[in-house]
Amino acid sequence: MKKPPAPVTAYKPSDTSHVRRQRARYSIRLWSVRRARLFEGVYNALADVFLKLHPVWNAIGYKRVEYPVMLVEKSVKSFLFDCRMCGQCALSDTGMSCPMNCPKQLRNGPCGGVRANGNCEVEPDMPCVWVQAWQGSQRMHASDNILKVQKPVDQSLRNSSAWLRVTARKAAERDAAREAAQ
Amino acid sequence: MNAESYEDYSVVPEGHSSRGRLERILRRGEFAITAELNPPDSADPNEVYERGGVFDGWVDGINATDGSGANCHMSSVGICALLTRVGYAPIMQISCRDRNRIAIQGDVLGAAAMGVSNILCLTGDGVQAGDQPGAKPVFDFDCMSLLETIRTMRDEGRFLSGRKITDPPRVFLGAAINPFAPPYDFRPLRLKKKIEAGAQFVQSQYCYDIPMLKEYMKRVCDMGLHEQCYILIGVGPLASAKTARWIRSNVPGVHIPDAIIQRLEGAENQKQEGKRLCIDLMQEIRDIEGVSGIHVMAYRQEEFVADIVHESGVLKDRRPWRRELNPGDAAAIEFAEREAEKLAVADT
Repeated sequence: MKKPPAPVTAYKPSDTSHVRRQRARYSIRLWSVRRARLFEGVYNALADVFLKLHPVWNAIGYKRVEYPVMLVEKSVKSFLFDCRMCGQCALSDTGMSCPMNCPKQLRNGPCGGVRANGNCEVEPDMPCVWVQAWQGSQRMHASDNILKVQKPVDQSLRNSSAWLRVTARKAAERDAAREAAQ
Repeated sequence: MNAESYEDYSVVPEGHSSRGRLERILRRGEFAITAELNPPDSADPNEVYERGGVFDGWVDGINATDGSGANCHMSSVGICALLTRVGYAPIMQISCRDRNRIAIQGDVLGAAAMGVSNILCLTGDGVQAGDQPGAKPVFDFDCMSLLETIRTMRDEGRFLSGRKITDPPRVFLGAAINPFAPPYDFRPLRLKKKIEAGAQFVQSQYCYDIPMLKEYMKRVCDMGLHEQCYILIGVGPLASAKTARWIRSNVPGVHIPDAIIQRLEGAENQKQEGKRLCIDLMQEIRDIEGVSGIHVMAYRQEEFVADIVHESGVLKDRRPWRRELNPGDAAAIEFAEREAEKLAVADT
């Protein structure tokens, strides 16, 4: 489908943004969102593997393994999603469109400034992260996840591995459930 | 009643930058006293009035902290707005941690419109120090660029962007100093930098080390900085040796020598000794060349401030401004009571 040109409006933001993009184009990020269902499956499989490896992480120590895992996570997610390493990944709740790429870093849906062609208010050439997120979420099995209210970002977790954090939490939950069952 | 009560506070005196009382007292060469108000965790204005009331008649300015130690409390702009309603002279602290340049410049105008005459520019403690370490640290300005920005707003009547302000904020600008933290030889130069950026008065961190302060002040006086800016030294009573130890290891930038802790430990009543120590420090500080006043930070011991100031005798015979009941108010209260009585009689 050919994208319609941005409609002419009187609204002209100043030509500056605090966001510096690693890439001038968003093609890979947009492609990932179009494959949201595939990545949902990949992520769930990966999460299972990580959970199975919990004894390994525990043996090495979560703290010690943090840095190498973070480097892998960062390179993979930066390539696919333009990940900003907030350390509390919400990709599976936001249709595989990273909300930290929103210039306002909104984590609970689009602002009121989205342009008529679905582009960002702040960066007129960028497709709105949340328009993409909505489309992506509709392609996923867990399409209701986008309705979850996301907590404010804990800035002290920046540049840490979300994968390991989720694994540790799930492992703790699993162990607690097992204990309760006994 | 003193002569001061008849001063006209609606005009900015010749050569002053604010209408405020604090600037007048300092420029007159009087020894000034300021105190820090412990901000309430409440939306009740009476708590602010009560906490300000304990200083009534003993201080020339009340510092309203801005999320001190990165903990959440009532905002400094809110506290200041309340204090000005009852005539007190607040010193509004602005920290760069929580707000960006747009919010801060707006707050400066709002505060000045509410009658705030003194602003203290701080960088602010890091978010990790407080009760919400996950917060986003803003630090859009630092204390130096903040001073410069507000000075530009006041003297040139322009925002940082260059846009014009029709009625500029008439404020007396302050900053903080800490002579008790390394690099010691840079500290006086940093004060010079702050003065160049617009600081007209400075308040220091808690002082418990007189020799170190004397060393610092000597260098400041050699550079002539005490003539370009009013220096207020921070003091505070320590509740006990245990508190002193806790402050030393948990509050950023506070230096308490071992001798002070030993003196507290040796005392029978540590709280009384802490108060005594504070008074002794004030008397010593008063005699140091270049010191224009004292800033009392009696966290959770605010009720002692009046005693401490009185016993130290640093004010000599001067009594700072105090709030007097408006004769109109008294008549109104009496009238209301009479009416209520009449109603009560009518009911029975």
